[in-house]
Amino acid sequence: MHDLRENHKAEFTVGLRTGIPIGIGYFAVSFSLGIIAKNCGFSVFQGFLTSLTSYASAGQYIGFTLYGAGATLWQLVIMMIITNARYLLMGAALNQKVREGTPLRHRILIGLSITDEIFGVSIARPGYASPFFGAGCWISAMSMWSVGNALGIAVGNILPDRAVSALSVALFGMFLASIIPPIKKDKVIGIAIAASFAASYLYATLPDTRDMSSGNRTIMLTIIISTAFAVIAPRRNEAPKVAETEEESGDGSEGGNREMRAKVDGVAEGGNREMRAKTLEGGCGNAN
Amino acid sequence: MQINIYVWIIVMALATGATRVLPMILIRKPIENQFIQSFLYYVPYVTLAVMTFPAIMDATQVPAAGALALVGGIAAAWLGAGLFGTAATCCIIVAVTELFMV
Repeated sequence: MHDLRENHKAEFTVGLRTGIPIGIGYFAVSFSLGIIAKNCGFSVFQGFLTSLTSYASAGQYIGFTLYGAGATLWQLVIMMIITNARYLLMGAALNQKVREGTPLRHRILIGLSITDEIFGVSIARPGYASPFFGAGCWISAMSMWSVGNALGIAVGNILPDRAVSALSVALFGMFLASIIPPIKKDKVIGIAIAASFAASYLYATLPDTRDMSSGNRTIMLTIIISTAFAVIAPRRNEAPKVAETEEESGDGSEGGNREMRAKVDGVAEGGNREMRAKTLEGGCGNAN
Repeated sequence: MQINIYVWIIVMALATGATRVLPMILIRKPIENQFIQSFLYYVPYVTLAVMTFPAIMDATQVPAAGALALVGGIAAAWLGAGLFGTAATCCIIVAVTELFMV
């Protein structure tokens, strides 16, 4: 082991580099999100600020549209918690990789670095979760995310309608990239997605519900459908209690993350770490 | 009455940040309740699916372009196009479709 400070610096640098490809993907999506933000009444600076402080694709989409729809702060808070509930799961999963005795400020930093993609690369990395790696990733990825959003607001509206129309589906493409691949591992997810599409369509068209705001529709349907599936198809694994939970936490994450997690399995490392990797996959009880 | 936009942005950031940080602070042990686990497991898929459809058909100039983008996006994601690839596929499908329909 090197000097600790050197180590932190190295992890930060690796994080910076890892964040670049993530940021390129973010840029395209946040640009199209900027077009939506603009329509909802956000200026270039306000959009930049939102992206820098919230950095959540689905969350920002909901946040922008709720504002545009004149929703209340309570609706906003409830929707942010529901839309970003996956971060609670990711945090719980990443928690298992935090070295014991890590100072609280470092734990908080690790938590703050979480996005779908940064979580993915963090959980897949061998060894303990590093606040410095997370911070490096965050800086690369989020600078592109925020600038993309600001640019989308600034020049999104001088683009021809045709281009705006095409770009506006980028966000939905990103959602699909998150929810579709996990179906390969768990067919029930596919059924849940199909049910969600159908229910969402019905709610948007039936006379009794079509006037409901899209935010409220999302809250209601998320609670109803997730509860229904939790009852009808509870996550199995009656096996060792602790291991079960950890697998669940991981599986709850989205697309790329699940693949990343699968890779964790293949990362053979020094004793304790290997044990941790396995524990994260739910392959054995919590032996520590 | 419209809420001050900066208040909105701050509340949004705090609520979002809380979901990131709370598990790190509060949960030192894994969640054991099977119902909560299962519920949370389905939440991301359901939320994103509900937000995607039928909204994708309202985002485009003609609904059919959005519908095709949905189908193409699902196919691209299934085939492993990834974040950027899937988003790009959807955009291209809409651009091409509207070239003929608008």
